[in-house]
Amino acid sequence: MFDRRLIENFDWGFLALILLIGSCGLVILYSAVSAGWQGTGLHYLFEKQMIWMGAGLVVVMGILVIDFRELDKLHLLIYALCVGLLVSIYFFGQSGGGSRRWLSLGVVNIQPSELMKISLIISLASLYATTVSPEGLNFKNLLKPAVICIIPVALIINQPDLGTGLLLLLIAGSVTLFVKVEKKVIFTLGGLLICIVPLAWIIGLKEYQKARILTFLDPDRDPLGTGYHIIQSKIAIGSGMITGKGFLQGTQNALSFLPEQHTDFILSVLAEEWGLAGCSVLLVLYFLLLLWGLNIAYNCRNMFGSILAFGITAMIFWQIFINIGMVMGLMPVVGVPLPLVSYGGSSVITNMVGFGILLNISMRNFSTA
Amino acid sequence: MHELNKNADRDWIKQRIMAAGLCILVVFVLLFLRLVFLQLIKGEEYRRLSETNCVRLKSIKQSRGLIYDRNKKLLVDNRPSFDLVMVLEDAASVPDTVSFLSSLINESYADLMDNIQKAGNTAFYKPVTLKKNISRDQLAIVEAHKFDLPGIHIEIEPTRYYIYPKMASHLLGYLGEVNREELQTEKYPHVKSGDSIGRYGVEKSFEPFLQGERGGRQVEVDVNGRVVKVLKTVPPVSGNDLHLTLDFSLQQMAEDLLKDQGGAVVAIDPANGDVLVMASSPGFDQNDFIGGISNEKWRLLMDHPGHPMTNKAIQAEYPPASTYKTVTAIAALEEKAIDIHSTTFCPGYYVFGSRRYHCWSRYGHGKLTVQEAIAQSCDVFFYQAGEKVGVDALAQYANGCGLGRATGVALDHERSGLIPTAAWKRSRYQESWQAGETLSISIGQGFNLVTPLQMAVFTAALANGGTLYRPRIVKNIKDSSGNIIKKIEPEITGGIPASRQTLELVKNGLLDVVQGDRGTARSIRIKEIEMAGKTGTAQVFSRKTGEKFDNKNLARTLQDHAWFVCYAPAQNPVIAISVIIEHGEHGSTAAAPVAGAMVKQYLGLSESENKTEPAGEG
Repeated sequence: MFDRRLIENFDWGFLALILLIGSCGLVILYSAVSAGWQGTGLHYLFEKQMIWMGAGLVVVMGILVIDFRELDKLHLLIYALCVGLLVSIYFFGQSGGGSRRWLSLGVVNIQPSELMKISLIISLASLYATTVSPEGLNFKNLLKPAVICIIPVALIINQPDLGTGLLLLLIAGSVTLFVKVEKKVIFTLGGLLICIVPLAWIIGLKEYQKARILTFLDPDRDPLGTGYHIIQSKIAIGSGMITGKGFLQGTQNALSFLPEQHTDFILSVLAEEWGLAGCSVLLVLYFLLLLWGLNIAYNCRNMFGSILAFGITAMIFWQIFINIGMVMGLMPVVGVPLPLVSYGGSSVITNMVGFGILLNISMRNFSTA
Repeated sequence: MHELNKNADRDWIKQRIMAAGLCILVVFVLLFLRLVFLQLIKGEEYRRLSETNCVRLKSIKQSRGLIYDRNKKLLVDNRPSFDLVMVLEDAASVPDTVSFLSSLINESYADLMDNIQKAGNTAFYKPVTLKKNISRDQLAIVEAHKFDLPGIHIEIEPTRYYIYPKMASHLLGYLGEVNREELQTEKYPHVKSGDSIGRYGVEKSFEPFLQGERGGRQVEVDVNGRVVKVLKTVPPVSGNDLHLTLDFSLQQMAEDLLKDQGGAVVAIDPANGDVLVMASSPGFDQNDFIGGISNEKWRLLMDHPGHPMTNKAIQAEYPPASTYKTVTAIAALEEKAIDIHSTTFCPGYYVFGSRRYHCWSRYGHGKLTVQEAIAQSCDVFFYQAGEKVGVDALAQYANGCGLGRATGVALDHERSGLIPTAAWKRSRYQESWQAGETLSISIGQGFNLVTPLQMAVFTAALANGGTLYRPRIVKNIKDSSGNIIKKIEPEITGGIPASRQTLELVKNGLLDVVQGDRGTARSIRIKEIEMAGKTGTAQVFSRKTGEKFDNKNLARTLQDHAWFVCYAPAQNPVIAISVIIEHGEHGSTAAAPVAGAMVKQYLGLSESENKTEPAGEG
């Protein structure tokens, strides 16, 4: 049964904003992968990213067909599927860079931890939609969400992929705080955390683990590794000054001084070549994107939809914040890509799924069910 | 709007959404301010830094762990090597600079450019090694012209140095450059491309301890790539030092005695399995491998007929020959096939089936007890003893004596030798065991194969009353400040399956080999102490029965291998030795004197001071 109102209510503005940011991303990526690469035509990484973006748009359309409220009913199934994928990594996973986080599906490799982000948000939205109240959640309400959260986080941190694990915790934490928790609960949990952390530090952790965490928090402790990367990144960003050195003119970029310049550190390419002006434009676009997501949550008349929209907005927000903060030396160095700009299929698809759900919620907010 | 108002309970969530929006605004303002700080306030400074690309990493190579002998004598050291490197980005014109350099130091332009090519095109600012270990003269020239050579630097790096070239080369091993596949295995987390890792010997076995960790510096450089400021330093961590069980002066003596002959010498402390000597001849010069061995030298080593790259102490398998008769004696005594008093008459041959099996003494040994048979190494006695015991029982005892299995020494490529059984022959050749073959293996010929190390471990076990130790080559591993990181304790791997009386009887036989009037090694007897041992002559190719050979005219490569195993002093042994001289013909004449001389030196009996002086008589 096709409802004409679906077309009438379609959020063209939001789609346009996504496409705009995606195009900016491709321009920056083009510059990042052209560095030091001699030859004619398009770099294969750039072409692959275009294909991923195209595939992402197809995914968005696919998601629009299903009513987002179906997700409420299916959330356990989706969750079980994603956890199953995470577990199967232990048996069939592809390792790379010291951890196992990929599953090979013949043509493409997928990263189940990425899909897990969406699945966790759906599950939490589904659970909270029935338990929220203006008074806030109590301990009993939080039990189930806690379990649902800990299983994938533990599996992902064990891969080991600390960055994605922490990101999952941040998303779950923001959603939970958003739906309101009793003050009593917050204070108790906070107090408990303050007691446990120093205790775990003294008793639970080995010297080398402590060293790793300290380096994570303070890259300067590793002047030959991440500390050096941050310095180079800061030089690249700062040297862009107000207007930048110009498209394809970045010297830090060209000499491969930057680590991971096409993935996690891509913002420094933008900052070097387009300066403060270019960065401000991107920041404004991201800010609009997030406000738009919140607006969709605001206008949705269905509690599940509201929380879901908020959760996805939170997911996008944390990625932007952590990535930009890291590149500018404000945050620990974690492998979190910049949405719609960094190279990477899994990241593109996950974010596109998120945008698809937001568009879905936005176009169906006329009917209360 | 009124539709929403109906849902009054939803207002609170809307408030929270607006609060979230406010949080996002605050964060974005923060990010923007950071951008302003980096790009506006510090923009000039960063622009300057980026224009000269002047913050760089310089790595500091660590010192590899040192290797000492048991008396704390330094065997393997590190020496500074002056390496010529170039930062391509800093050179005004790479070809011009390199060609000027090549004319200055008289090195081929093509070779230097080759090294640049090899480094790939991503490393504009990373130093590329043009030539390792340049001479002092070249160093002086480069230093004098340093302002005409932009981008060229001298790096001083610690490099391996083997103080006694060719000595204990197989045991100590050598280094080689790590390859791409090894880097990808993540087995060597601190190794970078261009680094060397242990390729052979203890250098390889103890690589994780010896390696250490590279350090580095964050530096600011000027337009010519010269360091103007050190920003941060991570000091390198030196590797850990190995303290070997080796007695280096004894090792040197063994290698001198082996000189020009193929073979191996192993000496073990019977009390704990410490390897005092492990020599294999011919050897190689480990220093040739530093910075990559030249193709020419490698070819020479590979084509050498004496297999210098094989550690014969653990990798070469020889028929044990008459040294195996101790095993046959133990098996026969334990299986009650013979006893202390039973005698056999040796007429010089033994008829089995339709065939005559000869004794090495064509005139025969006459009537013999087991003790006399060991001393005189009578073949006929052991043909009969072995025949009674049978092949499988013999194999069982041989395995019990540590033969037919690796000793477990901490070196790669150790061979396990071979102790045949009927089942083994069936599966290997699809043939059943022939009774006549039992006679051959009873005297250590036929299929039997052992390594010199196995024979040394077995002899040490005879000496200490039957305990087999895992040969220990490293005693302690210490860090660079002398703290013990790891202590390697002696480890018992088994025991000779024989009663005290059996062992005593066999050892009396071994004593008579040297000390008895008719012993086969009586020529090495010395007056100060008593020694016990066993000679052996391993056939290289089987001679037809009864056929006579003029040994003098036989080609060297067809001549027999000479074995000698011994321990001393006979009553409370402190050293057990096994010696094999390839194509040395007779154990008594070629191998036994080597062991005899080593015993004398180890016990401080010899005129070892005289050894170094030139011989008086011409």
